[in-house]
Amino acid sequence: MEMNGGQALMQSLEREGVEIIFGLPGGAILPVYDPLLESSIRHVLVRHEQGAGHMAQGFAQATGKPGVAMVTSGPGATNIVTPLCDAHMDSVPIVVITGQVPYAAIGTDAFQECDTTGITMAVTKHNFLVTEASDIPQVIHNAFHIATTGRPGPVLVDIPKCVVDPRNPRSKLEWYEPEGPDLPGYNPQTAPDADAVAAAGRLICEARRPVIYSGGGILKSRASEALLAFAEMVQIPVVTTLMNRGGFPDDHPLCLGMPGMHGNYTAVTAMQRSDLLITLGARFDDRVTGKVDAFAPDAKVIHVDIDSAELGKVRVPEVGIAADCRKAIEALTAAVAALGGRDAQPDRREWMSTIAGWKERYPLTYDQDLQGDVIKPQYVIEELRDATPDDTIVCAGVGQHQMWASQFWSFNHPNTWINSGGLGTMGYAVPASIGAKAGCPDRMVWAIDGDGCFQMTAQELVTAATERLPVKVAILNNAFLGMVRQWQELFYGERYSEVHLTESLPDYRGWAESMGCEAMRITAPAEVRPAIEKANEINDRPVVIEFRVDPEENVYPMVPAGASNDDIVLSPDHLG
Amino acid sequence: MVDKRRLHTLVVLVENKAGVLARVAGLFARRGFNIESLAVAPSADPRISRITLATAATPLDQVIKQLDKLINVVSIRELQPEDSVERELLVATVRAFPETRSQVMDLVRIFDARVLNVGHDKLMVSLSGGPNRVDDFESLLEPFGIVELQRTGKVALPRLASAGGEVGEF
Ligand SMILES: Cc1ncc(C[n+]2csc(CCOP(=O)(O)OP(=O)(O)O)c2C)c(N)n1
Repeated sequence: MEMNGGQALMQSLEREGVEIIFGLPGGAILPVYDPLLESSIRHVLVRHEQGAGHMAQGFAQATGKPGVAMVTSGPGATNIVTPLCDAHMDSVPIVVITGQVPYAAIGTDAFQECDTTGITMAVTKHNFLVTEASDIPQVIHNAFHIATTGRPGPVLVDIPKCVVDPRNPRSKLEWYEPEGPDLPGYNPQTAPDADAVAAAGRLICEARRPVIYSGGGILKSRASEALLAFAEMVQIPVVTTLMNRGGFPDDHPLCLGMPGMHGNYTAVTAMQRSDLLITLGARFDDRVTGKVDAFAPDAKVIHVDIDSAELGKVRVPEVGIAADCRKAIEALTAAVAALGGRDAQPDRREWMSTIAGWKERYPLTYDQDLQGDVIKPQYVIEELRDATPDDTIVCAGVGQHQMWASQFWSFNHPNTWINSGGLGTMGYAVPASIGAKAGCPDRMVWAIDGDGCFQMTAQELVTAATERLPVKVAILNNAFLGMVRQWQELFYGERYSEVHLTESLPDYRGWAESMGCEAMRITAPAEVRPAIEKANEINDRPVVIEFRVDPEENVYPMVPAGASNDDIVLSPDHLG
Repeated sequence: MVDKRRLHTLVVLVENKAGVLARVAGLFARRGFNIESLAVAPSADPRISRITLATAATPLDQVIKQLDKLINVVSIRELQPEDSVERELLVATVRAFPETRSQVMDLVRIFDARVLNVGHDKLMVSLSGGPNRVDDFESLLEPFGIVELQRTGKVALPRLASAGGEVGEF
């Protein structure tokens, strides 16, 4: 069938199962927005292209399916660079379509021309510049294949206007169905090596103080159930990194919660003292290891990652397994079962009771005076957690509120925690929550945001109101760029430089109302729970609650940047 | 200049497509590594280009794994000097006054090099050979005055056989 490139692009996206595109049109991508009118695909019109990218990410993180964004050339493309980089760091599968000036104009500094593939080369898993209309079906198929297989990541497809513009003869093509990906250099290995698995199984059955160090690869490979079965068989405690909160249930007795710079004492210390780290889909990020030379000094390491470049990048493993996390865990489970399963495990009662002792002595703490008039931010999170369904999807910005949300929420289901881990992009919460809601319309979606973050991407609440994507936003307004303020307090002798935001400017409630949201301002502890309950009842529009919280509260525990995890600093409440 | 003993020779087969060399070069550049020498051309299969590069980048293992992550990279192989045959081409314009011309010509003969072009007081010469031989030739030409010089960067293929010297190096 003869058609033009714009039609072929739409048909290709439909063929990949795309149901929703987040985007914003402009000159170079105009010819694609025309056949969109005939397409079954829903389009969500964003207010800023960064929002489109983060929505695609939120959609992907909530559903496990690839998110799609479409923007125009030049500024449209540059506005989406941050989400691309964010998705690259957190291995989130998104496909971004960018318009480009006509082929003949490339390199002439044409209006709204930029070197999109050049700019995004370092922040994508791969990118394509389409040169012929007839390439479109194959390139789109390749793009989705790359984004969703192996270690997932962002793929960008840059499409010059001439190959999609029906008035240009270059846009004509004969439609065809690609037979499969055409990528001779791309062949991700997913099956674990049997010898390595056997060696890992033996290490597990010898370990006296093992810890399962589980990361984002668990969610990417849908390995939560496999992980649960494995951990229960061997009875080994599990830490869940910031990228895998919910990948193993927080309410499980073997769960130790989050390790790292703001991890809890037990998770951090159990890793430090362990003699075997069973690393599953995690990458020894500096925020987890602290000073690398001092990290888990007595531990042997089993490292499973689908990206073989991660094996030995930071810490040289005793056993490295380059494979899909789920397949590797299933193989490990079988290998340990063959050795005797639970019966083959050494006596670890001492280790388990040491851990239980830490849990009891060093819980996460804060001090909320319920009669007083100061709201502690952690209290808001605990009330939110307790007043919402267990499978609520929680999205966070970046800063103190993100750490408190990760610490104090109880994540018991995979893909319920969505945040920007690797890049740490302020402003992630609002657009990511909209993308998550679009992907999971029947689930409750709460964004937990800082006042600084909120000001970076709040305009997307207009998108949420218009598109009827009723997300809920809790702003923890501490009137500061709080995380930076905390560092200045602790490491710069309380010399506060450019971290103060004004408590009442902007007027968050008025601003949210003007964007079509229901809005509330809460200033006393007693009002917290009723406000959340009221918000939970509203389903026809977005809700924003501004909580005025203690401006001076700090996140603890904390391992100062560059310090050893042994030097973890507890909350001052623990002193004495 | 880096110590040549620290240089590794990598043969990278890539898809013969626009922008692929930029991806390979960009990967080195982003990590602050230099590519000491580089040769690129289509292989026997016109869809595949063969890149031969020399680098001191470390850790080499990481460099190879990162290169392998590039979608357009089909395969990577490190060639050990003792297991491979390396060739490089040098073209140079050298000063050759009447009183020195015969000495330059002596060098050309000794090295089995060639004269490509002749001027009143200059000669353009070329030599292809193993990198060490090309190095020697270049340094012996230097005292005469090198006006311009271009080396191609080395290309290399694995040695066919080492048994009994059956297969010689020509
Ligand atoms: C785009 C961006 N700019 C700057 C930073 C550095 N940064 C990290 S946390 C933070 C403060 C965030 O403030 P707020 O949103 O109010 O959250 P809080 O820490 O107060 O909870 C800043 C500026 C960042 N992570 N992202």
